Parts: sequence; C-alpha cells; structure tokens
Amino acid sequence: MVNDEILKELALTSSEYELIVERLGREPNELELGLFGALWSEHCGYKHTKKLLRTIKSKSKYTLTEAGEENAGAINIGNNKAIVMKIESHNHPSAVEPYEGAATGVGGIVRDIFAMGARPIALLNSLRFSDLSIDRNMQIAKGVVQGISGYGNCLGIPNIGGECFFDESYENNPLVNAMCVGLVDADSILSAKAEKAGDLLIIIGSETGRDGIHGASGLASQNFEETVELRSAVQVGNPFLEKLLIEACLEISQFDELVGMQDCGAAGITSAAIEMAERSNLGLKIDVSKVPVREKGMTPYEIMLSESQERMLIAVRKNEYKNIFNTLDKWDLRCEIIGEFITGNDVVIYNNEDLISKTPITTLTSPPEYDLSKISKGYKPVVKEIKLDKSYVSFNEKLIKNFTKKVFASDNIVSKKSIYNKYDHHVQTNTVIEPGSDSSVIRIKGTDKMLAFSCDGNSRLCGVNPKVGSEINIAEACRNLSVMGAKPIALTDGLNFGDPTKPKGAHELIKTFEGFNNACEIFETPIISGNASLFNEGHTSSINPTPIIGAMGIINKNIKIPNKGFKKSGHKIGVLGKDLWGSDIGLSGSEFQRIFDKELSGEVSIDLRFEKSIQENIRKLISENLVQSAHDISLGGFMTALVLCCEQNNLGANIEKTIPENWAGSLFGEDQSRIIFSYDLEDKNKISKILNKSEWIEIGTVSDKNIKFKNIFIESADLFLSYNKGFSRDI
Amino acid sequence: MKIGIVVFPGTWSESDTYYATNDILGFNTEYIWHKDQKLSDIDLIILPGGFSYGDYLRTGAIASFSPIMEQVINFANAGGPVIGICNGFQILCESNLLPGILLRNQNLSFICEWSNLKVNNESKFTDEYKSNQIIRIPISHGEGNYQADKNTIDQLEDENRVIFRYCSKDGEVNKSNNPNGSVNNIAGITNKKGNVLGMMPHPEKASEKIIGGEDGLAIFKSIVKKVSNG
Repeated sequence: MVNDEILKELALTSSEYELIVERLGREPNELELGLFGALWSEHCGYKHTKKLLRTIKSKSKYTLTEAGEENAGAINIGNNKAIVMKIESHNHPSAVEPYEGAATGVGGIVRDIFAMGARPIALLNSLRFSDLSIDRNMQIAKGVVQGISGYGNCLGIPNIGGECFFDESYENNPLVNAMCVGLVDADSILSAKAEKAGDLLIIIGSETGRDGIHGASGLASQNFEETVELRSAVQVGNPFLEKLLIEACLEISQFDELVGMQDCGAAGITSAAIEMAERSNLGLKIDVSKVPVREKGMTPYEIMLSESQERMLIAVRKNEYKNIFNTLDKWDLRCEIIGEFITGNDVVIYNNEDLISKTPITTLTSPPEYDLSKISKGYKPVVKEIKLDKSYVSFNEKLIKNFTKKVFASDNIVSKKSIYNKYDHHVQTNTVIEPGSDSSVIRIKGTDKMLAFSCDGNSRLCGVNPKVGSEINIAEACRNLSVMGAKPIALTDGLNFGDPTKPKGAHELIKTFEGFNNACEIFETPIISGNASLFNEGHTSSINPTPIIGAMGIINKNIKIPNKGFKKSGHKIGVLGKDLWGSDIGLSGSEFQRIFDKELSGEVSIDLRFEKSIQENIRKLISENLVQSAHDISLGGFMTALVLCCEQNNLGANIEKTIPENWAGSLFGEDQSRIIFSYDLEDKNKISKILNKSEWIEIGTVSDKNIKFKNIFIESADLFLSYNKGFSRDI
Repeated sequence: MKIGIVVFPGTWSESDTYYATNDILGFNTEYIWHKDQKLSDIDLIILPGGFSYGDYLRTGAIASFSPIMEQVINFANAGGPVIGICNGFQILCESNLLPGILLRNQNLSFICEWSNLKVNNESKFTDEYKSNQIIRIPISHGEGNYQADKNTIDQLEDENRVIFRYCSKDGEVNKSNNPNGSVNNIAGITNKKGNVLGMMPHPEKASEKIIGGEDGLAIFKSIVKKVSNG
C-alpha cells in the first residue's frame, strides 16, 4: 500500500494523495500513482507558480500563441515569418551528472522548438556555478560546458551567446538554462494537438529505456538532499539521433495529414500524450506494449514514465500515415502507432489486451494550485544596511588601481571566450554579431531583417530585492538589445528559485512576478514562454532568486550596428542616462560588493520610464547612424564598461573627469539606465538635438592607448591581458 | 556545370554550402543523398561538414562505408574534382582518397573561431587567390589535428600539396598560431593528382561580408572556372 516513502519518491504530499483518492473515488493503482506523481510534479503541473503565471503579460500585437498552450511561444516578425523561442532549465540533472545533464537540457529545448515546425536557428545559455577554486565546482562547470558543446555542435545550430556567472549561492546547485530560437512561416506553425477522435498517436525516434524515470518528479521537484543517489534519474543523450529527428520532423511537418507534434520531455509519454489529449479536448487510448523498448521486461509504469531522450509524439489522421512512415524510414528513424485519440475525457491505457488504467484526463492535469501569498504571509525580508568601508570613500590612487586589477581578474568579468569558442557560433551562416557582445545578432535570409538576442539575469540584485531586481533584469535584457539598435519585441523567462513551500522562496516568487509585470507593461514586451525550476536549495541554503530573461529584438533595416568597441582615436565619449559621478548609489549587489564584501546588503532601484526613454534614444541615435559604439553599463560598473569599450579594438580613453573621494560608487557602482557611447565630433550637434541636455554628458575622447582620468593614469595593457586570459582555471 | 553536395545523416553544413555556391555564386547545385547508388552528371562533388553518423566509432569512419562513397571514390579516381570540408576532409582520409588522419585537437576541446590561413595558390582550388595570400575562414571542429607518418608529410611538402596552413594575421606560421596541433600547421591538402582537396576550415562560412568575410568564395570560384574551361 502507499506509504510516505513512495509518496516522497514521487514528490507528492499525503494531502495531495488524499485529493487524488477523493477525485478518483478510489485508490489509484501503481501506474496511476506514477501518472499523478509526474503530472502533479512542480515541473509539469506548476503547482506553485500557475496562479502567478496567469497574471503575467504574455500577449502583444505580435504574439501568435497563447501562453503555456504550446511547446514554446511564437512571435510574428513580418514577411510571414515567425520566431519561436523558449528557455528551459536542466539544473538538477546537471548537478548530478554535469555532462549529460547539460547535454540533454539542450536536446530538450531544441525539441520544443522544432515540435512547432520551426527550424532551430540559435541557441543561447545562461550558466551559474560556484567558486572555481573548489574542484567539485570546476568539475561541474567543465562538464556542463563540454556537455553543451558535445551535444549542441552535433545539431548544426549556432550557439550565439548567453552568460556565465559565479557566485557562492550556487554551491552544489549549478544553474543550466538553455534557450532555443526557431524560425517558421507564420502560417505554418504546428500545434501540439490532435484534430479529432480517430487521429493516431505515433511515437518517433529513440526506443524507450529505463533512464530518467522520476526525472521530473524526483529530481526537479524536491529538495536536493540524497539526489546524488538518483543517478538513474538522469537521462543520456544521443545528439546524432536528435539531428535526424530535427530533419525528419521538419520534413513531415509539411504534410497535411500530420496534425500535431509534441516533444516527449519531462515525464515522458505520460506528460506528452496526456497533455496533447487535454489540449485537444479529447480522450486517449494507449497500448504500452506497442512502444518500442530498449530492454525486455519493462513494466507499463516504466514505459509511461521513462524520460528517454530523442523521442517525439505526433498526431496523424487515421489511415494517412504512409507518407510519414516513408519519410521517417528515409531518415532511418523508428516509428510506431501506440494509440489513438478518442471521444470523451479518459486516458485509457492497455498492455496488449489488458486494460490497466482508465483515468479522467482533467483530473490528471489539474493538480492543486497553491497560493504562495499564504505561504509567504508574515515573511519580512531582512534588509541589511550597506557597509561602506572607509577606504572606499577616500581617494587613494594605489587602492583604486589595485581594485581595478582585482575586478578584471574576477571570473565574472573576464572574457568568456573559452566557453563560447567551444560552441559553433557560425553554422547556418547568419551570425552578424558573435558572442561576447551585449547581445548577439543574426540576419534572417530572404528578408531585410536582423534579430538581436540576449539571455541573462542579475541574480545578486534580485537577492537584494527580488521585485526591483526582476524589473532590472528585464530592463537590462532590453538595454542589451537596444545598444545594438534592436527594438525589444518579446521575452522568455527561466525562473530559478529556492523552495516555494518556504516563506522566503514564496516571497521571492511573488515579488519577481510583480517586478516582471511592471517591466513588461512599460517595455511592451510580453513573456511568451518560459520555465520554472524550483527547489534549488543546494545542500545548505537556497540560491539567490535567479529569473533569467531571454530577449529578442528586431533590427528593421540594414543599419550599421555599433557594438561596444570604440572605433577610432579622436572620437568623443559620452554617457547616456544618469550621471552618478560622485555618488555611492549602485554598490548594492554589485560585483564590487561580491569581491570585497561577501554579504548582500543595501537597496537597488530603477526608474523604468527613464530607462525606456534612454533605450529609445540610443536606438534613435543608432538608426540615424550617429553612434560609433554603444555599450550597456552594468556588471562591474562604469570602469569595467570603459575598459571593455577600449579593449575591443585595442584603444584607450582620456576622461575629462576627476575621480572623487567616493570612487567606489563612481567607478564600480552598477546603478541602472546608463549607456556609454562614442561618436564623431561632427555629429555632436545632431546628437544634441535628439537628446535632452539633462540625460547625457560628454566625458572624454578615445585615445590610442591607456586610460587617463584627470587625477589618475591607468595602464590598460595589463587589464586587457587579464581580461583575455579568461577564467582563473581553464574550463 | 553542376555541383553535387553529399548529405549524410548528421551532416549540417550542406545548406550553408548550397547557399554559398548556388545562391551567392550562382552555380547550379544539388544535394546527393547518401543512400544513392548512382551519380548523375555531376562535375564537382562537395563532402560538407557536420557529424556524419554522429561521428561515432571515429570521425568520418562510418560515412566512408555509405553507398554513395563508392561512387565518390570512382569519380575521384577518374579525375573528378572533390572538396571535403571539415567532416568531409575526415571522410576523405577514412576513404583513402587523401593520406593521413585527423586526431583530437591538442587541447582536447572543440574549437570554433576565425582562423587565418596562408594559401598555396598553385592548385585547381586556389588559383583565384594570390600567392601566399592570408585569408580568414572559420574553423569548427573537435578533431582537426592533421597527422601522418614522416614519409607522407615529406611527400606532401615536396609535391607542394599543402594548400592551406594556419598562420597569424601577418602570415607567420608557427606553433602559437596553430589551433589544433596539426603537423606543419596543415589546414588543407590535395591528393597526388590534385583533384581532391580536404580542408578543416569552412569556406562556406566565409561567404558574405555581413557574416564577417567572404574569403572562402574563391575556392569554389577557382575550381568551377577550371571545370568549366575543361
């Protein structure tokens, strides 16, 4: 009979079990309990986030999908072209088995994209690790990067960017968020639905094995203790098979008789097939004995819950599967009819002739929804006042130089080349701006459009204040696009949080959604898809709340993309946005604070409307070709941004400013809404006509080398070297 | 004049190559499926990059046994021009159309970056370049470390069959600008007759200014001109 141990393995609580019995009117059998465990898992059922997700802005005049209805979100970019995109996390598998965890994370998100009939055209990823000086962290980081490289490179999809950040909050709990972008004709987006009763359910691709059972419920939906024992819950990927699936599925997606396609991901056939039926308002009959398996003696439970990779489900009109089978045969892919859609609301599971389960679909797919505000009620976040060491607020040339060096030796600041050079970022020959810039840009062949993408999120600012931090994450994602001249159009999110059943975790989620909603309204950017990974608790404490934002922007005509690097000695340097010289604002949660003070403290802020106008202005300047370079001031503050603008083309800068007493805030503060740009003196008048006097300031001139302030001279060669040397240990 | 691009399962640069030869250069190009038993009126065969058959066993090893390769070998032996790019180069070595082998990169990691190459323009595939011209073409491989026994290397050098070498942007050929550990910085070679070229860099990825450069196009232009002029 059911005991606590079994329920724990399935990540179901005893009250959830009671609810199941009540709704069914009987005790579920073993298989049914497995189905509930999977579909009521956080990963599939969104028990703790569904209420919040409903509040989010997910539509705009460009959106082509309903939130959560399909494998990914789709957005219209004109010329009958649509972009499909989504982020997915593979945090827990990557903690247990870094290579395969990360590899299959890429595999999963790619399947979500081509399930919609879209050709995957770009990958990005956001990675979080802890201190590289500890061997285990190093091993995880290395394994994850090799896994993404090993799997992704096989697929012929360019990996165009993302970010990698190190913070102790990710000790034992790395984050691996992969984003995939696809391109499809707007009028041929494939749905994950059947059309009518009688449509066949067909499985394509890999045989089903015993790997990944309880991946969704066991790994992704509970605290981390003891999961190192769950090695068999991590799947193993076969990128070659995935590549064949991409090509074959895109080929059959053109056939009229193919009516729906669905990725077989978390919770395997259970989740994929039942959700397809639910979306179609149909019932479903499955015969598990028809599913091709890897080994003899697999039980119906194992077949239904296996998370074997590289499998797809399709819905096909009855008696019209011949062409589809021929095409799959051409690609040497196995396929089998495993069931059919039926009228009614039941999922009826057979093993050969034996009826082994008959369960109402709506019961399976409507897990309880928890009200986070009840959990977080009474929770008061601890706000610590920021400590400013005396040395940070008194001018000391030697100290400033030393601190600058330390910042440029930080794994968070240095070049990430040794990661992205392991990923093919040229394949498909569309990459206009390669990884290593504020955002990456690809062109869309056959149109005059280019698209910019970024994928990142500052979790330390969210740790200081989850609401404002989340506003900042969206603002910064959009700013990364705007400095390339791209107008932000749509977002996808990867929500990585701690335990939502604890007041802190619940509070952080609620506040994040408040922040998202504010920012999405103002930037007019809907969140068209996303993923939630909760229970990221390492072994001791929860991670900083880490909402990752994947952002897409459109560059409408063939403008000259400025990129961050200064172009020529003699060009003028300006800062657009707030002038924070001489202020201490922006040290809270900054990289400077991380290096010199372990604890998060202080407050963060952003004025979203001001931010929006700054972004509109930089785009206007770029579209009128008045800007030679543009770069977002963010991680590492003004000093870091300035050095990186110099580094790209090996130039220097003369800054007509005196470094003040409170140099730390002035140089390394990360307050928002600032862009550093350069321009030709000839264009200054035109720029002055576009920008308000109060929102920008000329600060100096591009020089041949080194960085001069009025009261300090900094040799840049060492900083460039340190930046290009890369990580403290070779990933 | 017709170019045929062979598509193996796991190949991924066929469409980039097609785009370069057909759409950009305007050469009549078509795909050839790996299961095809016959080649029809093809004048130039390209084995493109990717991970044919997942590169399981050894890079290019399984592809060298696919049905179409028998035709490709006959075509090459009869003097027909063949270009193997990246995985295509690996397949040509596995099929014994070119000597030597491509081992794991010396740093044991996949490498994707722009590489500078010094061109030997005394070949059918490169005579549109200047002598010793330095060109920029991306590499993207985990196994590009070209190795062969000493006699073979001496022969390649003596017969002037090394067509591309990794170099600095100023043309220096030495260890510090060798990305993968290839002997003598070799990035591309031809067979004895000069009708089969294998190269690790991807010329199709250097085919337009907007994506960073178009230095790769002259390879296709050179050989097509040769073939068209008989």
